[in-house]
Amino acid sequence: MKKLLYYTLPLLVIATVLVPFACSKTEKGRTDDLPALQPDKSDLEAGSWKPILLTSANEFSISAPIATNTPEYIAQMNEIKSWQASLTDEEKNLVKYWSAGAVLRWNEILRELVAKHNLPPYQNEDGTYPVPNANNPLAYPQFPFANPPYAARAYAYVSAAQYDALVAAYYYKKLYNRPAPYKVDATINVLVPQTDLPAYPSEDAVVAGAAVEMMKLLFPGDQEYIQQKAEEHKRARIIAGANVRSDIEAGEALGKAVAQKFVTRARGDRAGTAGGTPTDWAKLETDCIARGETPWYSLEVPKRPPMLPLFGKVKAFLFDSLTAISLRPGPPPLTASKKMQDETDEIYSLTQNDTRDHYRIVHYWADGAGTSTPSGHWDAIAAEDFIKKNYSEVRWARNMALLNMSLMDAAIVCWDAKYFYFNPRPCQLNPKIKTLTGVPNFPAYISGHSTFSGAAATILSYIIPDQSATYDALAREASLSRMYAGIHYRADCEVGLETGKKVGDYAVDRGKADGAGN
Amino acid sequence: MKQSRKTSLRYCPLLYLFLIVGTHSALAQTDIDGIMMSKKNLCIGPMYGYSSWKNYWEGTLKRENLNLGTVSSQMYSVMGAYGVTDKLNILFSAAYVRTKASAGTLHGMKGFQDASLWAKYVPLEKKIGKGDLSIIGLAGVSAPLSNYVADYLPLSIGLRSKTLSLRAMADYQVGKLFATLSGTYVFRDNIKIDRDAYYTTEMHNTNKVEMPDALSFNFRAGYRHNDIIAEAFLDNWTTLGGFDITRNNMPFPSNKMNATRLGANVKYHTPNLEWLQLVVNGSHVIAGRNVGQSTSINAGLFIVFSVAKKQVPDSSPKKVQQ
Repeated sequence: MKKLLYYTLPLLVIATVLVPFACSKTEKGRTDDLPALQPDKSDLEAGSWKPILLTSANEFSISAPIATNTPEYIAQMNEIKSWQASLTDEEKNLVKYWSAGAVLRWNEILRELVAKHNLPPYQNEDGTYPVPNANNPLAYPQFPFANPPYAARAYAYVSAAQYDALVAAYYYKKLYNRPAPYKVDATINVLVPQTDLPAYPSEDAVVAGAAVEMMKLLFPGDQEYIQQKAEEHKRARIIAGANVRSDIEAGEALGKAVAQKFVTRARGDRAGTAGGTPTDWAKLETDCIARGETPWYSLEVPKRPPMLPLFGKVKAFLFDSLTAISLRPGPPPLTASKKMQDETDEIYSLTQNDTRDHYRIVHYWADGAGTSTPSGHWDAIAAEDFIKKNYSEVRWARNMALLNMSLMDAAIVCWDAKYFYFNPRPCQLNPKIKTLTGVPNFPAYISGHSTFSGAAATILSYIIPDQSATYDALAREASLSRMYAGIHYRADCEVGLETGKKVGDYAVDRGKADGAGN
Repeated sequence: MKQSRKTSLRYCPLLYLFLIVGTHSALAQTDIDGIMMSKKNLCIGPMYGYSSWKNYWEGTLKRENLNLGTVSSQMYSVMGAYGVTDKLNILFSAAYVRTKASAGTLHGMKGFQDASLWAKYVPLEKKIGKGDLSIIGLAGVSAPLSNYVADYLPLSIGLRSKTLSLRAMADYQVGKLFATLSGTYVFRDNIKIDRDAYYTTEMHNTNKVEMPDALSFNFRAGYRHNDIIAEAFLDNWTTLGGFDITRNNMPFPSNKMNATRLGANVKYHTPNLEWLQLVVNGSHVIAGRNVGQSTSINAGLFIVFSVAKKQVPDSSPKKVQQ
């Protein structure tokens, strides 16, 4: 017996241990090793699709490309050849990374920047809170605080600008019809799937140019990182033999020009003043008390001003401001009513029953501080489905724009309702309620997650109808997660989902009319 | 043949709970004694621990958090040790942990945490100068006992990482005084969290988290004779990698969690009740990074008995088998 133990125990220990540790520790992301994007359809006619802000696809002109038999073009092809003569692993990796899709990769970069900046500022000594300053973005607190409304708007602007820029690019592709360098010179290696789509201007450079220009406004402190990504993206296309330098330069210039129009819109869309003033904050409270209701107050110590109380006044993409107000839902149960008492009791009992599965659902959907927010989460869900669909870049951008305009406009309608009703959170009405994730610092009615998810599921169900049951189930789970977490009442979630669907319907109507088909 | 004072002590060489972590309270169960259980003797018993902190290090910045108040954890565990021979012991433990924050709205957590199993072997005992030197090697594994939530710091009950620890230890005793020095490398397996993406210093589009390995050192010294062991200890846990909590962010399981602790430990049994032993210890974190500045106390009561057939617990000093 002793000898048996003597030998088997150490062996057992070693065996249990070597199995889990035998594998490499590096964990890959789900999209790290994607194959190159090979669109099922080229969407060559996308120049006729309806843009969002552009008056027409040729609002910004680009000059005709140089002919492929000119010495200058031949010199540009030689640039490709000289890169390809000695490719490093790093260069091969760049080609592989960017070949998965330009819109996809820039969406991922944007999600990363949102997550990096989604941190509430730490309080000052006197208990007030500093506000990030766009003109001094690197000083603490860094600009921006990429909270859910800010993020929803950022995703919408970048996606919409990329879409319009690609509509313009496809218009010129068809107009000028300059082939890809590998079609001109068969001796050029092509490291990405070949296409019949004309190469001038480069769709990749258009996407990068629009992203860079838009993100100067949205993430002014991260320019070095953004520029580095853009340089790598452009270089990857030349290394891959997919574009010559003039394809890239024309595309980048076009992307930037189109994005400028979105930057101008963004500067005037009222988001800059959405934080409000102490007078605005006080008025929200006094107005609520005047209605005979218990007002929301911040549950943080020290009390933090409400998150972007005037975001409901931001200019939406899918409808005008009167429509936005018409989408405002009816009131929540009165704070003193039996109904509100019952709803609070329901949340208390849910938090008392904090099962492991509740935590799984709550944390999967928490999308709180330090994450890419609910909009980014829905972008990730959509992106992983879009990857399977092999969309052209312009269709990728169109679908992302429809999704992200829905999410931004959902944020607008939701924030309007939150501050119109200024309804307290469950744990304000019953401090015994302990939450399974952090309590967001804004009023309860209606649930942001529910509104975002209702909108996202609606437009995604239009884009990929055979997944609609899945999207609906995801939206319901996201909504329910906020009740399990103890941070929303049932009414917040149910009305939020309905309101989000109404917002999503506007995107569906736009999608049906934009000429892209499905 | 020489009689070893250390083996004759018949004390439980217990697994101590090292509150490495913490902006929360993950507890690493670890054996750092230079003593051995005699052959065919088993000690087993319950241990209770309480640990709390109000200040923590956000990276290297020490701060408090008014939305957490004081974060406390209570631990109920069962521990034991068995002497396969006088030179080979098996140690084990399992813990149930409950956490709570005194302020803010966050829900506390509770559940079965980790179990650990160690083998402890003395390859060398030698008289050097006036004292006895023992060289001891240990290998231990730990694994979660339940599907508890790791990514809810500082209120998670643990980090969920499976670990393999390899430890070398030297123990030297002169008369009634002793000193023990040990160093440990802890391999930590990657974990899965409920989120499907997270940001460290870059974005990770996966639910799997790379857990950096860790290194720990322990020095303890004190009085060891007959009925009592009284010792002071200084230890350090250093995470080999990981990242700092960013300003006003939440902690994350793969943070660079470092801690240096100072503590004291007493093991005692009355001369006529050698089968019953009391263990009490306390410690305080004196320096740290991405951990709470916790103060901890632990107390346990252990019974010791021989599992050899038809033998009553041996109360006389045993000889070491050479």
